[in-house]
Amino acid sequence: MIRNNRIYRNNEVIWETPEDQSLPDFLRAAYDHFSGQYPKFHKMDHLSKLGWLAAEVLLQHRPFTGYAPEQVGLVLANRSASLDTDLRYFDSIKDFPSPALFVYTLANIVMGEISIRHGFKGENAFFTSDTYDEGLIMGYTRQLLYEGAVSAVLCGWVEVMGSAYEVILHQVEK
Amino acid sequence: MENLMATLKAQIVEQLNLQEVKPEDIGDDMPLFKDGLGLDSIDALELIVLLQQHYQIRIANPEKGPEIFHSVRTIADFITAHQQQNK
Amino acid sequence: MSGNDVWVLGGGVICGIGNNVRECITSFRQMKPGMATMQYLSSTHRDSFPVVEVKADNATLAAKSGLPAHISRTALLSAVAAKEAWESAQLGNIREYRVGLVSANTVGGMDKTEDFFAEYLQDNQSGRLRDVVNHECGSITELVADALGIRHHVSTISTACSSSANAIMYGARLLRNNLVDVVIAGGTDALTRFTLNGFNTLMILDQQACRPFDDTRTGLNLGEGAGYIVMVSDAIAQKMDIKPWCKLTGYANANDAYHQTASSPDGIGNYLAMQQAMEMAGIGPEDMSYINLHGTGTLNNDLSEGTAIQRLFGNAVPPVSSTKSFTGHTLGASGGIEAVFAALAVKEGYLYPNAQFSHQMKELSFSPVTTFSEGNVINNVMSNSFGFGGNCSSLVFSKEIS
Repeated sequence: MIRNNRIYRNNEVIWETPEDQSLPDFLRAAYDHFSGQYPKFHKMDHLSKLGWLAAEVLLQHRPFTGYAPEQVGLVLANRSASLDTDLRYFDSIKDFPSPALFVYTLANIVMGEISIRHGFKGENAFFTSDTYDEGLIMGYTRQLLYEGAVSAVLCGWVEVMGSAYEVILHQVEK
Repeated sequence: MENLMATLKAQIVEQLNLQEVKPEDIGDDMPLFKDGLGLDSIDALELIVLLQQHYQIRIANPEKGPEIFHSVRTIADFITAHQQQNK
Repeated sequence: MSGNDVWVLGGGVICGIGNNVRECITSFRQMKPGMATMQYLSSTHRDSFPVVEVKADNATLAAKSGLPAHISRTALLSAVAAKEAWESAQLGNIREYRVGLVSANTVGGMDKTEDFFAEYLQDNQSGRLRDVVNHECGSITELVADALGIRHHVSTISTACSSSANAIMYGARLLRNNLVDVVIAGGTDALTRFTLNGFNTLMILDQQACRPFDDTRTGLNLGEGAGYIVMVSDAIAQKMDIKPWCKLTGYANANDAYHQTASSPDGIGNYLAMQQAMEMAGIGPEDMSYINLHGTGTLNNDLSEGTAIQRLFGNAVPPVSSTKSFTGHTLGASGGIEAVFAALAVKEGYLYPNAQFSHQMKELSFSPVTTFSEGNVINNVMSNSFGFGGNCSSLVFSKEIS
């Protein structure tokens, strides 16, 4: 879970920065702390950075091992889809529209980034809803596991709009 | 030419958000894509934006990208040729 | 007939080649693709790129859908197609069932946000906030659910160009778990300056009519529209005296895990999605009657998709075509629109033409179908939808074999 510049694992704070630190600075500091080995991180939008970091924090601690790539899936949701980046891209159109920014004007790119990083090739689903409906996400995850579509899932909520953000990510295995 | 290449390196680092690369780390003839600097197709599009923004050069055909953007030297050559053509 | 079957009862489409399913089929029959100079969207790129707009203004769409004209075109298109889909299923009063609406879109109410910003940038005091309130992708679905009287289950999916195929997968799972009786699933997207501009910076827009799976292809044309299918579970189908279009027998989604926008050269994500969907349907390559390609017309997509098809089907590639050569790429709506075409192909024995094809791709051993035909024996149809973020989906529709 990532909230108010604090990163939690299993409900324990494992790393934090002052609450008044800006989101970009927080993200950079967290990257330096938890990785420092993935330069493509800097090109991502805030949504992808948040999702990528949360996945990193979980999987470094307890990797998904013994699964074929197509057996690991992702089920995520948020409220604002990619609106945060949409507006930034909008702003860039006035000047020189940036292709690198446009790429991130889709909410599911965060799942693409996590899949690329960890080589996951299983099913992906991205929902948008007003609030985090844990029942929906967990129910769907259970169903994917039950159906045998995948054997392990990262699932949860990755939301960012301006300076407000919240990440809740779970690791579920059969 | 040397100046142009130095400027280009700084602009590339800035435009492509290469936070862990210093301009001087980029060799004049180092391949920018794949094994060299490791740029990808979106970076190539950003380089096209860079040429338009800083050098007023429009590249309409992205297929020319690999040739022009092979290395910092090939970009500098391309810019120089373009500027002389327009003199 | 296993108890887990999902039946397709009907479908609705609005896109650049027709305001309903019947009009779309007429356009295929008459070989009339929908590319034209833009008429309803205003953009500086007006004369550079042909687009495939729905040939109706917002007021007309509002009248058809029963929604107010000031709301997003994305919602208006959605309501028109979802309504047609519901009516074609002939289920009567929607309130008599537990109905779910699963709808996909990628742009949300971006058209309204653009208008708001245009005004806002000129004058900070102007611009109606009401226009931006419905921006979020989720609120588009809520608006349409309200208009149709759907209260039971409403979800919005946003996974780029494969969104609405994923909406259909999700809908099928709702039925299989008996969470609802009936599902309307698909997607919608309106053409916006935002997407036009973005695809332009990616340099994958063709300045002429797009040429999917042609060796001379240079990119895609953007389109707009909406498409939905109506599905019921086996238990419900048994109770009713209905004549379904076909069954949804297979679906799968895989991530290419290669690049944000580019497909991997071997099309591994495409391959996995197709292979797993066919496995679920319980059919082999020789059983496939037709594939509705993702076929955007970009160099990268068509090569990856073609390579994956060749790997899966070997020398026995079934008839294939990209209906995007008629409708343009309708992004979040494409999987829904093409699912309707695919399901209808099973019902009517249609094979759809691939327009603007003249040069065989040198990397491939097969080429698409170029003429419309009907009355073909069509047992299984696969519809492919692949999107940015590496998101790849395939659906299989099958005839009931009695």
